[in-house]
This record gives sequence, structure tokens and C-alpha cells, in this order.
Amino acid sequence: MAKKFMYINRKAPYGTVYALESLEVVLIGAAFDQDVSLAFIGDGVYQLTKGQNTKAIGQKNFSPVYMALGDYDVNKIYVEKESLEERGLSLEDLQHLVWEDEDNDYEEKDSIRLVSRAELTDVLDEQEVILSF
Amino acid sequence: MKFSLQINEGPYQHQAADSAIQFTKAALAKGHEIFRVFFYHDGVNNATRLAIPPQDDRNITAEWVALQKEHNLDLVVCIAAAQRRGLIDEDEMTRQGKDANNISEGFRISGLGQLIEAGIEADRLIVFGA
Repeated sequence: MAKKFMYINRKAPYGTVYALESLEVVLIGAAFDQDVSLAFIGDGVYQLTKGQNTKAIGQKNFSPVYMALGDYDVNKIYVEKESLEERGLSLEDLQHLVWEDEDNDYEEKDSIRLVSRAELTDVLDEQEVILSF
Repeated sequence: MKFSLQINEGPYQHQAADSAIQFTKAALAKGHEIFRVFFYHDGVNNATRLAIPPQDDRNITAEWVALQKEHNLDLVVCIAAAQRRGLIDEDEMTRQGKDANNISEGFRISGLGQLIEAGIEADRLIVFGA
């Protein structure tokens, strides 16, 4: 019986290791056939921004890995609208994450669901296991 | 109730490490079960046997070891997070060709799958820190 797992990502991608090590849990966890969702709130929304370039800080740019999440059946990615707006960002600033729907002729569908803070509260309420990073 | 714990912060730096011990003691005292304690991020540093806190301070690793012995707790240190931070046991020391090891008795090193399993098997997964 699959459980509803939610990974909440709250930190900017490179200031601390939380974002990278959260992604590592998500990738390993994908092998367990659970019902997985990700949420990006606060500075966590920066993790999904496109055009990241880490050359000057000497760290590995792991942002391309988010593009592969669809292949791991991780395709419910909630982004909090207010968090984007508070940082002067919009969906246009984020990577276009998609997944292929096997049940619908492998149609490419958007993984990102833009939700309000209030809507995200309801999503969190439905979860059984919440890991926050 | 069956609990699993995830500890994301190192000892002394962050209260999360203390809160996790206090939660564990309180839960066990109330007759609850601790399915697993998983150490991640800097939380892996809770497992070093080489820390020397001042004598008038608490010894967090020793407290975990004592709890582990008394209640047969499953204390799991994430191998990926541990290797990054220089926390290794004797087996890893040999495999990686290192000249020392520092993981305390009572802890075992394993993979992130153990964290996911802890979430699946427990009634509640409690995250400390981060």
C-alpha cells in the first residue's frame, strides 16, 4: 500500500547542502513506488530556476537533475505562488518540468502545479509522510 | 504508536540533536515504539565517538549509545551524507583505504532507502532540524 510522501524544499540551492541532499532522498525514494509529491516554498523556489550557473562558486550545478524527475515518476511538483511573487519571480523563471503520461500515449504533461499558500495547506493536509529540507 | 525520527543537524551546534534525544526518551517512557532513528545532513556528526564535550556538558553521542543499549534502538547513519563529512566505520575505512574510523558503537551505516522505509513502516516520521 503506497503512502503519500511529501518533500518540502525551503532553502536556496547552494547556500547550504539541504537542497542537494533532499534531491538525493527523492531519487532514492522513487524506487519505493510511493505516491510522491514535492513542494517548493520560500527560498526553495530558487532551486527550480532556469539558467543556473555555479562556475563562480565552484560547486556542482545540480539543477539539470530536476528535469529528470519525470522519468522517476515524480511528477507532482507544487510551487507556492506567493513565494515566487515575494521574490519577484514567475513560472517563466523556472525550468519547464514535464513527464510522459504512459496511459495517454506518452503525452508530455507539465509537472509543476502553481498553488496558493492556502491551496498548499490542503495538499499538505492529505500527506502521510512529510520530509522537510 | 510507532515513530521514526530523522535528525538533520549536528550535536551542540543545533538544539535539534538534543530535542531528538528528549523526544525519544519521552516517547519510550510513554510506551511508544521507536522504529528507527535516521541521521542525515550534518546529523551524521551525532555518531562520532571522537567528540570530547566539556565535562560539565551533556555528551550527546554517549546518550544515544546508552539509549540504544537499553532499548535496542536502530540508529542508522546515512552513508552518502557520512562519507561527504568524514564519518566512517571500520568496514568503510578498509574499503576506502582510510587510516582511521570514527563511528561509535551502537550506530550502523546504511543507505537512504532506510529513511524511506522508516517513513513507510512508522505511524509518524518526525523530522528534527533543517
